[in-house]
Amino acid sequence: MSGEKATLALADGTLFHGYAVGSIGETSGEVVFNTSMTGYQEITTDPSYCNQMLTFTYPHIGNVGANSEDVESPKVQVSGVIVRELSRHYSNFRAEQSFDDYLKDNSVVGIGGIDTRKLVVHLRDNGSQMGVISSTGEDDATLVDKAKSLPSMEGQNLAEVVSTREPYDWNQGTYELGRGYRKFSDAELNGRPLVVAIDYGVKFNILRLLAESGFRVKVVPANFSAEQILELGPDAVFLSNGPGDPAAVTQGIKTVSGLVGKKPMFGICLGHQILGHALGAPTFKLKFGHRGGNHPVRDERTGKVEITVQNHGFATDLAKVPSSLCVSHINLNDNTVEGFQVPEAKAFSIQYHPESSPGPHDASYLFEEFYQLATQ
Amino acid sequence: MPKRTDIKTILIVGSGPIVIGQACEFDYSGSQAVKALKEEGYRVVLINSNPATIMTDPALADETYIEPITPQYVEYVIEKEKPDVLLPTLGGQTALNVTLALADSGVLKKHGVELIGASADAIKMAEDRESFKQAVERCGLSSAKSAVVRTIEEAKAAVKDLGFPMIIRPSRTLGGSGGSIVESPDEFDEKVRWGFDSSPIHEILVEESLVGWKEFELEIMRDRVGNAVVICSIENIDPMGVHTGDSITVAPIQTLTDKEYQILRDGALRLMNEIGVDTGGSNVQFAVCPKTGRNVVIELNPRVSRSSALASKATGFPIAKIAAKLAVGYTLDELPNDITKKTPSSFEPSIDYVVVKMPRFAFEKFGIKDPILGTQMKSVGEAMAIGRTFPEALQKACRSLENDRIGLLGGPEAEMEKSEILHQLGRQTPSRIFHVARALELGITAKDIFEISAFDPWFVEEMRRIVDCEAELRGQSLASVDEELLYQAKRLGASDLRIAELLDASEDEVRAKRWELGVRPVFKTVDTCAAEFESSTPYLYSTYEETADAPPSKRKKVVILGGGPNRIGQGLEFDYCCVHAAFALREAGIEAIMVNCNPETVSTDYDTSDRLYFEPLTLEDVLEIVKREDPWGVVVQYGGQTPLRLALELEANGVPIIGTSPDAIEATEDRDLFKGLLDRLSLRQSENGTASTEEEAVAVADRIGYPLLVRPSYVLGGRAMAMVHDEAELRSYIKESVLVSFDRPVLIDRFLDNAIEVDVDAVCDGEQVLTCGIMEHIERAGIHSGDSSFMLPSQTLSAEVIADIEAATRSLALECHVKGLMNVQFAVCYNRDVYVIEVNPRASRSVPFVSKVMGVPWAKVAARVMAGESLQQIHDNGEYGSLLEFAEYSKVAANVPYVAVKQSVFPFVKFKGCDTVLGPEMRSTGEVMGIDNTASGGFARAHDAASSKLPEGGRVFLSLRNEDKKSAEDLGRRLSSMGFSLIATRGTAEHFRSRGMNVESINKVYEGSPHIVDALLAGDIDMVINTPEGTGPLLDSRTIRSTSTELGLPLFTTIAAADAAIAAIEQAKHGTEMTVRSIQEHLARRGG
Repeated sequence: MSGEKATLALADGTLFHGYAVGSIGETSGEVVFNTSMTGYQEITTDPSYCNQMLTFTYPHIGNVGANSEDVESPKVQVSGVIVRELSRHYSNFRAEQSFDDYLKDNSVVGIGGIDTRKLVVHLRDNGSQMGVISSTGEDDATLVDKAKSLPSMEGQNLAEVVSTREPYDWNQGTYELGRGYRKFSDAELNGRPLVVAIDYGVKFNILRLLAESGFRVKVVPANFSAEQILELGPDAVFLSNGPGDPAAVTQGIKTVSGLVGKKPMFGICLGHQILGHALGAPTFKLKFGHRGGNHPVRDERTGKVEITVQNHGFATDLAKVPSSLCVSHINLNDNTVEGFQVPEAKAFSIQYHPESSPGPHDASYLFEEFYQLATQ
Repeated sequence: MPKRTDIKTILIVGSGPIVIGQACEFDYSGSQAVKALKEEGYRVVLINSNPATIMTDPALADETYIEPITPQYVEYVIEKEKPDVLLPTLGGQTALNVTLALADSGVLKKHGVELIGASADAIKMAEDRESFKQAVERCGLSSAKSAVVRTIEEAKAAVKDLGFPMIIRPSRTLGGSGGSIVESPDEFDEKVRWGFDSSPIHEILVEESLVGWKEFELEIMRDRVGNAVVICSIENIDPMGVHTGDSITVAPIQTLTDKEYQILRDGALRLMNEIGVDTGGSNVQFAVCPKTGRNVVIELNPRVSRSSALASKATGFPIAKIAAKLAVGYTLDELPNDITKKTPSSFEPSIDYVVVKMPRFAFEKFGIKDPILGTQMKSVGEAMAIGRTFPEALQKACRSLENDRIGLLGGPEAEMEKSEILHQLGRQTPSRIFHVARALELGITAKDIFEISAFDPWFVEEMRRIVDCEAELRGQSLASVDEELLYQAKRLGASDLRIAELLDASEDEVRAKRWELGVRPVFKTVDTCAAEFESSTPYLYSTYEETADAPPSKRKKVVILGGGPNRIGQGLEFDYCCVHAAFALREAGIEAIMVNCNPETVSTDYDTSDRLYFEPLTLEDVLEIVKREDPWGVVVQYGGQTPLRLALELEANGVPIIGTSPDAIEATEDRDLFKGLLDRLSLRQSENGTASTEEEAVAVADRIGYPLLVRPSYVLGGRAMAMVHDEAELRSYIKESVLVSFDRPVLIDRFLDNAIEVDVDAVCDGEQVLTCGIMEHIERAGIHSGDSSFMLPSQTLSAEVIADIEAATRSLALECHVKGLMNVQFAVCYNRDVYVIEVNPRASRSVPFVSKVMGVPWAKVAARVMAGESLQQIHDNGEYGSLLEFAEYSKVAANVPYVAVKQSVFPFVKFKGCDTVLGPEMRSTGEVMGIDNTASGGFARAHDAASSKLPEGGRVFLSLRNEDKKSAEDLGRRLSSMGFSLIATRGTAEHFRSRGMNVESINKVYEGSPHIVDALLAGDIDMVINTPEGTGPLLDSRTIRSTSTELGLPLFTTIAAADAAIAAIEQAKHGTEMTVRSIQEHLARRGG
């Protein structure tokens, strides 16, 4: 690939030289990798990737271009994109522009043409770390220094950065080929149980599945208090996914503490970790996180294995889960906690992404379980 | 939930001989399954008629029946072995068909045999077009519009709905036999009828054409509690209309968004559930409209398939092994991932590279000049390549095919003009991808290419990167090209040879320049998880990147060069040898490193060797591996012609070739040197000569006399070999068949009429020679040894002849300084005079057969010899049995209480109208073995296994050349006395009648209806004996043969084979009780 050169510098001094992808400029963040082979547009628009530079392990990215449907939030959320091959040409009947142009439109800086497997092995062996991508011609030493000076993910409350500022109502259902997303009319939504979704960086597909499972959905900002939420008269509360360190989301933990036991509750990803904190189950930072669409998780209640979509750098510590919580899902790769339940509080949460998008739909049953729980 | 403990004995059904559509992938899956189930402590019984397989190694299963895979024989095995369960899903369509037959006839129920893996109902639902379609609809999925019909009238009614073009798919056939695309009403009747004839149940599906749609496949595993995972997704570059086995395919899918992919995934999992596949692997195929994304289900195979083998090799996930374990009750999460060791098998592999599979064809063998691909599979093999990007993998795949392609560009298409290319782009030829590349060179846009060819623009644009890079290279010279450009070219998969062409330099110069600039490949691992977890299995591919995985060890190691893609003349037999070499070296504590690019094989299983390099077998690729590994030795004599072609150049580059030296191998190929060798040893050869021009050839012929056997030098499988009877035939052969030059002269041999041909395999350590087996051919000399039937031990050779053959073999082995295996072909005249036909100091096609029949793993023995041990040491060691008794072969042979007969299997039915008469050019794809107490018994079993069952009564048609009429009299009498009626064309009939035999006569085709072909089509004939006159294909007899082949009738084109067949029928008539013995039982009877 021709074009501008780009450099990726890691905080430990490791350097990668490639070509510029997306906008020309400089960006920084925690360097992480995702092993999904499809769904790069959904992944890059997932707010949980705020302040992270994402390495795709699959070498060809951009093959199917970009479109206005396959988005999980209003914009690209990753702070940088790292690929082996960025496809400047694309082919798909739904494509509207190239992925490269899409990144440019979103002012996202990236790097291509590097040995991404080398980078992944490095991150796997040495842990995630901070890094800088530059396509402005900055010298290597300066970039490494910049990377070193970046604050670690630990202790960062990013949920409030990506959360909505104002509450809003959601009326979109799931996607169907040839028809696009279903739109629920007011008449259809009237009379449905209300779920209030606290937005720590929510993915649209979660909201779509909540609506599809029978709820009327209202989304509220991350800093809403328990009182503010209860005032809305919800039948259930949903805690969304989101970026950053769960331990730092103190307002969220407080809010959730004030809601547990009062309303049926379902948390996903960061929402799961926040619920854990609220119930006395602390989190720890994983060496290099789980990001991909192929992680086996066993539902301990049934013994069934589902292939799950994962995106988390922190996890609930199994050893420190209080006995009041019942661990319902376990990751079979490393035996980490993937879900727990608090039956008496009508609350449960899941570490991975049952809403998929991208990835397998194996776990979408959880939304129906939530609806059942909320309407019992 | 653990494995089942209520099962003791498991019967596994194999897939039989290699045919188009069913190749060594089922040896791979069967071997994995046998190992996996033995490992679990079950008693494993196997039936497979194919002696060239690893799975039928006596050491693998507990009892191995090398018997025909027919309901009759499988029932014998069931009666004898009393298995608790039968696993039918690992032996391809053959195993499914025979299992269904046994289920339908109540045999399984009668013997209390349970099916595991898939139930009869599930198999039927997947196989039966109508019920499958209903299942698809129940899942909320759609199928192509279609109708199942059983009469031509029904077909005509259905076509009104579908329009043209439309597709015909016969029910229950292999590799789409009898399938076709009907473009217009003119072709309708003929193609429909052919479809009916191909279907064992006389049923076809007529279907709306999805030609031009994109085609995708998902490989799924499921366990008994319903956990299901997609192991691999595959996209076909060739759009719908070309059988997936003939398509160029890519893993993973490249041109679907996640939303579209998940729709396919959900649908595939629902469908597998609906069909009721209990456990194991299935393959689901979809077609997707490129303009709307609408998808339809094409089919579901409720079993391990060719695609599963590809998916296994593409991802590192051992589908067959896991399928076997799931079948006995394990769940996916209970089984560890072999590659990472730490994570479970209940996951979906993520890959961080691109895999391209390309098919390998053999149209030239069947006289097809302008092949068109369709819904019936025609390829005979395939190569797979791995690269970090699609262009890299594609170009590596091109050079893995071993058909003189050195990359995507530079083939014969380079000469084609725009108008020709535009024409070719619309045709489904095997070269279409090269036409697309040429179109790009000519400036045709990706959009136009897509409109004409339906190749997805993404693939086309990626190919453009190769075209653009070549354009840049073309402007450079060896001196001017810089590191950056060279690196970019290598990253796009360019071979040194192609770069050399573009820079007007030699391959050696390019390599030297590349090494000087440090442009070298690194090797990365196939690890199932895109490096997320550490992997402990060194399964490697080359690419141009920064860092390498899996550093080489410091152990003593040997590299084994494999056989590359299957093609006629080079198949499973060589893979068997390579696998045995790996096993033997590992047993000797030496690190075995395999290099091969054939995804169907056992050799490319990651646990066959210590390290696996999935790489093209070219000088460049092999040298890079050797440079990296620095092995103690490299084995070139086991992989057939593929590695042999490289031997001299490898040696010249300092590679330590072990075993017989490349020079010695070369000496046996060189006519003059070989002649000198035979003279020194006082061995006889039929008169011969070489010629570099037509006139020289005629002069040689005049000297030695006709008939002659002529062939180009350096060929495998008798390519372009022919028999000529007079000067006119000789001249036309030289003009039309071969390019004769001073570099490549034509070899001319006096044909030894009516000689018995003999194949001998031997092993030599430089001092001692052991004769592994002396095989007597049934057909007379003149038929390629790969195509003819043979018997072991020999049946008619006198003790003196055997002694002469042994002595000649010994002296040849010593004189050629053979270290390892050697094969010699002899012709024996008058059971007295022994002539040497040729000597091949390397592993031969018959090694697995000989090893199984004599009970000695000869390929292992020879591998240990190459690694430095003497035969005496190996004998003393005792690992491979008592070897030294084979120094006196005739004694060993005398104590063999059984006769094994090998027969070949031909793909004629796939090439409509091609002539089936056997000749000096090899055309068989596979082989079967029949073993019994007598030669005729062995022959009968082999015939049952190879093709159709021999008839017990009915009408035999005879059409004989004059010189055979006399010897056929006896055959006719024997048939008559068994109650057969005889029918013949006028000449033959009159000959027989004049000798007092009762023979009906029938018209030749040109004599008008009702003629013989009418009778064949009407089902009035039960067996055909047709020995053709000369080589000029007489249209009449050719039609008789091709019609017989299409109808699946027993057909014999030599008197010798007919004689053996009749003897077999006689034996069956005598009512000797049919028994089956496992190969282990047979060998125990041999003793020793």
